[in-house]
Amino acid sequence: MRNRPNDRGLAEKSLRYRRSVLKWIKDAGAGHTGGSLSCVDILNVLYNRVLNVSPENFGDPLRDRYVQSKGHSVEALFVVLADAGFYPESELETLCRYQSHFVGHPTRKVPGVEQNTGALGHGLSVAAGMALAGKLDDAPYRVFTLLGDGELAEGSNWEAAMSGAHYRLDNLTAIVDCNTLQITGRTRDVMNNEPLDEKFAAFGWAVRRVDGHDFAALTEALEKPLEAGKPSAVIAMTRKGRGISFMEDVGKWHHGVPDDEEYAAAIAEIDAQLAALAEEVPA
Amino acid sequence: MHSAAARETAAALGLELGRANLEIFAETLLELARADGNLLAVTSDSRGSGKLGPFGKALPRQIVEVGIAEQNLVGIAAGLASAGKNVFAVSPACFLTARSFEQVKNDIAYSDRPVCLVGISAGVSYGALGSTHHSIHDFAALRALNNLDIAAPADNREAAEAVRFAARSQTPLYLRFGKAALFSLPCPEQPFARGKARLLRDGGDLAFIATGETVIHAVLAAEHLARTEGLQCRVLSVPFIKPLDEDAVLAAARECRAVVTAEEHMVHGGLGEACAALILAAGMPCRFRAAAIPDEYTVTGSQADIFRHYGLTMEGLAQTALTLAQSSAAQTA
Ligand SMILES: Cc1ncc(C[n+]2csc(CCOP(=O)(O)OP(=O)(O)O)c2C)c(N)n1
Ligand SMILES: [Mg+2]
Repeated sequence: MRNRPNDRGLAEKSLRYRRSVLKWIKDAGAGHTGGSLSCVDILNVLYNRVLNVSPENFGDPLRDRYVQSKGHSVEALFVVLADAGFYPESELETLCRYQSHFVGHPTRKVPGVEQNTGALGHGLSVAAGMALAGKLDDAPYRVFTLLGDGELAEGSNWEAAMSGAHYRLDNLTAIVDCNTLQITGRTRDVMNNEPLDEKFAAFGWAVRRVDGHDFAALTEALEKPLEAGKPSAVIAMTRKGRGISFMEDVGKWHHGVPDDEEYAAAIAEIDAQLAALAEEVPA
Repeated sequence: MHSAAARETAAALGLELGRANLEIFAETLLELARADGNLLAVTSDSRGSGKLGPFGKALPRQIVEVGIAEQNLVGIAAGLASAGKNVFAVSPACFLTARSFEQVKNDIAYSDRPVCLVGISAGVSYGALGSTHHSIHDFAALRALNNLDIAAPADNREAAEAVRFAARSQTPLYLRFGKAALFSLPCPEQPFARGKARLLRDGGDLAFIATGETVIHAVLAAEHLARTEGLQCRVLSVPFIKPLDEDAVLAAARECRAVVTAEEHMVHGGLGEACAALILAAGMPCRFRAAAIPDEYTVTGSQADIFRHYGLTMEGLAQTALTLAQSSAAQTA
């Protein structure tokens, strides 16, 4: 595995990822801004600290797997995969354009993508199948999937949750990007599904709720299975639109595309944070 | 959506650019719901996409939200209908007709619950979001169910009439709406009626039989062929894929030298195959082409890109028709 970046290194990466997410959404004129920004830190920790996945080992049956069930946050995934070396980031110039393989949801035509997603409520089942194959083959890899909190209203998730516990898939980790918003509004108002910890626990999962923007806490929760013999549910408390003051926790940014002024303001906020980070004395 | 040449053709025909059918649907539904407290909209985190924000604000007691759970959406709609509610279940067509297919089959069609299933952003309206978000299987899947009407309005007027029809209908119904602004069709005073096609233009050289958002392209192609080739093309708008207007389709096959169908759907199982089977069974010799999305990994792009790529625009349909007309002329010569 690559050298493990420290928290400061990750902080810088997250700022650059956010900058890129906004750039490509602005460029394509479409995208799921809020949910991409809320999961950037999670993907950052996964791809830079946890997953044994790289362009070199992507064909290796023993690699770890990541399935992005909340496929709409594709811009975050595409940016992180570019940083992981799967393709030059400049290829995202074609995002959503005629004849591009960079569609507005993850597809396996894009190097590094494990599974086509976009219809919510599929990833956990597929990830459970991948994890079950690992158990059947006695292979040591781990499988991760990222779910939205609104997405958990799909009943298929709970069918998969049952299977995960039934087959004792401790090589499976479900991460919930729990930003408490979906399209219509607050998840608790649209279709309440809390307490999520108790639901997953009742289904037989080991559960941890963490700050989804805290690299150390995410690393701790993700680097090992939470408990032997049980699948892990990591409920990452996040903020939709994270990192841009006027987008944070504001529902309309779910698929809002910034206009020129908003884009300039957002980039300025990120650049100021990058500059501040550069000033800090390295730890 | 349209090329400069197509826009010119539309202008020459005096066609005006209207709004998205989705907006007309939402406005008409609100108007009907204000007059009928028994009318309910059921949504699955889809009220924004369904333009039902104003409906939710105006009539909060007449909108039922189920969250991101399309199977539950259809089941709950069936239950509400069983108690006499006039139910419109509104969700993106791609999820409503695939994920909830068994609920549609058993809870709505088989159990005969007169729910109106509203598939929003249908066909390839969601263009670049990719195949998860396309519904180019819905006609095929739903046609295979007994006791379910299927309609795809082609312009704002058909859309409004379809919603009014749905509110009265006692038969389960699937309505399909796109989200692009549409030209109004040159429609003589023909009522919108269950199972009836509308004759938008008469002619005997060739017939275009089209549905939903492809109809305007057929109208423009007919005009284009009249100008450039002197061909007189008939154009039928077929809002009802089921029940199909068999008389109108057979008359077109009998009276025109060739038939071209057009639909925003995969070539399998949609309007084209329905017409082909009907014409063949009637024993009619007919030059025939189905313009549709082929059975391949769908190209990435906007709805307009996808229409252009697969020949569903004025230019593409005119080309298909011309090739067919010429091959039939060669055969008869
Ligand atoms: C089966 C399905 N239904 C509906 C949608 C449309 N949709 C896309 S994103 C979204 C809201 C998702 O909310 P959440 O899961 O909380 O994700 P996040 O807040 O992280 O964006 C919806 C309803 C979909 N993609 N798939
Ligand atoms: Mg959410």
